[in-house]
Amino acid sequence: MEARCLINGRLIDPRRGLDGLGGVWLEEGRIKAVFAGPAPAAIPAGVPRIDLGGRWLVPGLIDIHVHLREPGDEHKETIASGALAAAAGGFTAVACMPNTRPVNDCEAVTALIMARAQGAATRIYPVGAISRGSDGESLAPFGEMRRGGAVAVSDDGRPVGNSQLMRRALEYAGNHDLLVISHPEESSLSHHGAMNEGALATRLGLRGIPRVAEEIMVYRDLALAEYTGRPIHIAHVSTREAVDLIRRAKARGGRVTAETAPHYFTLTEEAVGDYDTRAKMNPPLRTADDLAAIRQGLADGTLDAIATDHAPHSALEKEVEFDLAANGIIGLETSVPLTLALVREGVISPARMIELLAANPARILGVSGGTLQEEAPADLTVIDPELSFTYQAETVVSKSRNSPFLGWDLQGRAVLTILAGRATFEAPGQTLWR
Amino acid sequence: MNADYRFSHKHILGLADLSAADIAFILRTADSFKEISQRNIKKVPTLRGRTVINLFFEPSTRTRLSFEVAAKRMSADTFNIGNSGSSTVKGETMVDTARNLAAMNPDCIIIRHARSGSARLLAEHIPASVINAGDGTHEHPSQGLLDLLTVQENKGRIEGLRVAIIGDISHSRVAHSNIIGFSKMGAEVRVSGPATLIPPGIEQLGATVCPTVREAVADADVVMALRIQHERQQDPLLPSLREYATFFGITPAVMAGAKADAIIMHPGPINRGVELDPALADGPRSVILDQVTNGVAVRMALLYLIMGGE
Ligand SMILES: [Zn+2]
Repeated sequence: MEARCLINGRLIDPRRGLDGLGGVWLEEGRIKAVFAGPAPAAIPAGVPRIDLGGRWLVPGLIDIHVHLREPGDEHKETIASGALAAAAGGFTAVACMPNTRPVNDCEAVTALIMARAQGAATRIYPVGAISRGSDGESLAPFGEMRRGGAVAVSDDGRPVGNSQLMRRALEYAGNHDLLVISHPEESSLSHHGAMNEGALATRLGLRGIPRVAEEIMVYRDLALAEYTGRPIHIAHVSTREAVDLIRRAKARGGRVTAETAPHYFTLTEEAVGDYDTRAKMNPPLRTADDLAAIRQGLADGTLDAIATDHAPHSALEKEVEFDLAANGIIGLETSVPLTLALVREGVISPARMIELLAANPARILGVSGGTLQEEAPADLTVIDPELSFTYQAETVVSKSRNSPFLGWDLQGRAVLTILAGRATFEAPGQTLWR
Repeated sequence: MNADYRFSHKHILGLADLSAADIAFILRTADSFKEISQRNIKKVPTLRGRTVINLFFEPSTRTRLSFEVAAKRMSADTFNIGNSGSSTVKGETMVDTARNLAAMNPDCIIIRHARSGSARLLAEHIPASVINAGDGTHEHPSQGLLDLLTVQENKGRIEGLRVAIIGDISHSRVAHSNIIGFSKMGAEVRVSGPATLIPPGIEQLGATVCPTVREAVADADVVMALRIQHERQQDPLLPSLREYATFFGITPAVMAGAKADAIIMHPGPINRGVELDPALADGPRSVILDQVTNGVAVRMALLYLIMGGE
């Protein structure tokens, strides 16, 4: 395989403490050298130079929370199409949640996902179910799923309502070195809810999902993790109090990590407008006060990762009455521009952004990547933080179009995504990769 | 009213979309149509050749009949599509239904549906005008307007009145439209009921929440009792209907705190003895039958205004 040398980039790798002019020399799909400043003379003249012109050169981005819909709902997304959407968003790896049909609750399904992931545009890390069928009743075979390729367990999409089962999951996950990911929702409070509880839900006549439905379960799972001495990861944090609970648990030395999604730091419940089902997700969009707390949590280290909760749905599930509409939005292709908006607004630094989108996701899942390491696979992302574009339905790479950001003018995006030394995506109009 | 006021709404989806001037204009128009209903021949040719479809996904004899009478008195052709006994709407999405109905080229669709926002969804997918005849727990604008008309007739005004709405505010689209309508027209709206049935943020619609029924009713000009549904006991939102009747029912003792000439309203059908004492429902202060009469006039006005008279 041929070699290439990416030069003149803004090299940002928080784990190595790098943020400055530099480049990366790739050979045989691996990183041969990472250098600050101009390319060293040792790199042979025959290696093609790709001048990044100051664009950001960062470790391949990792999204630890996506729904790829395969097996079972291939009309919404497949592993292949989801990976292409991920690559278009600058990602080189994604972790896919188990709420497929059938649920990824056994080695056979995990292995099927791993087989379908062969040749995909990103690395695929399956998340297995906590309970068989994610029905919240009995433990799924963690060891066998781990053997099949699972890196974590979660009943995402549903909470584990039974506290004893969650406790046992935390304990037993330790035998198999699996992370437990909590979808924090107390469903007796959120049941039948369609949007955030409050004046807007009342005006629209929609059943509300109160913030405490999330906060009670965040607290329970933090308490169980502390009691069992096991690590836990809290998915899609959306409220101020949830951020505070996590902050306090961390201050006490708890082994807790947490993620939020771009829509929770970009939109409020107002986006529901007059029953816009593209703004329907679970947890629901909250208030401006929650949004401010989420941003604060991203800045101060309480929240460790940005994950999209990419949830493709066809028009069939979304062009219906609001309370019948499916939850979730696609997010892989808008994560980078929406996060760059936080950088421009001074909420987080560029280095913190890469921590949230690459370094920490790799650390949380315990997978390789997230940093630029000599001899490691050359998973890299080039980001142009200035490039403006309009996010349009016709240019969406995902099979689905359910995004509240359609029509938005966005600034900054991944322009080149490299997986193991091969370009998996180059933005339209770019001619970097030669 | 401003001399160059023009009514410019294509759909009637909720009172939230209407201005105070719009509401006043609708009430005046409705008032002018009341005379037709008193004639021997209760029919005018105003909407001859227009097609009105009643699309009722929830059973409702009263509202459907009221719209049908209104449309017929204006000489429009009316068709009823209901849930039962009709092949339409079975397993069809609202958008499918809208496309099928659009092919029949109707001028106006009147929709009743159990889901909030369904009337707007229909309006977004059909060229016809849409009147919301009740969507989930969102709004029931024609009921709100007929209640406004009834109060205006009985009190001579709406502005400055005290209106008490008592009961299940959470699940009542009538309450929502009335809170919005009365507060837009300058009345003071107070609500009360079991705290489990008072939705969060109802103040932002224009209501003041009172902890007791007596406080809500104190010095009221208008007292409206809402229908309480038996299902609320299972949710669990209510211990029992007996407890509801005892602590939240409108009785002569409760009415003693209202103004001496206060009127009593109810959107019907009434659970007599639960939310409203039978003696009050059928007594001299009750304007419940006026509400029914005014329903036809208001619906005639809405059909006329959105389909144009010409
Ligand atoms: Zn989830």
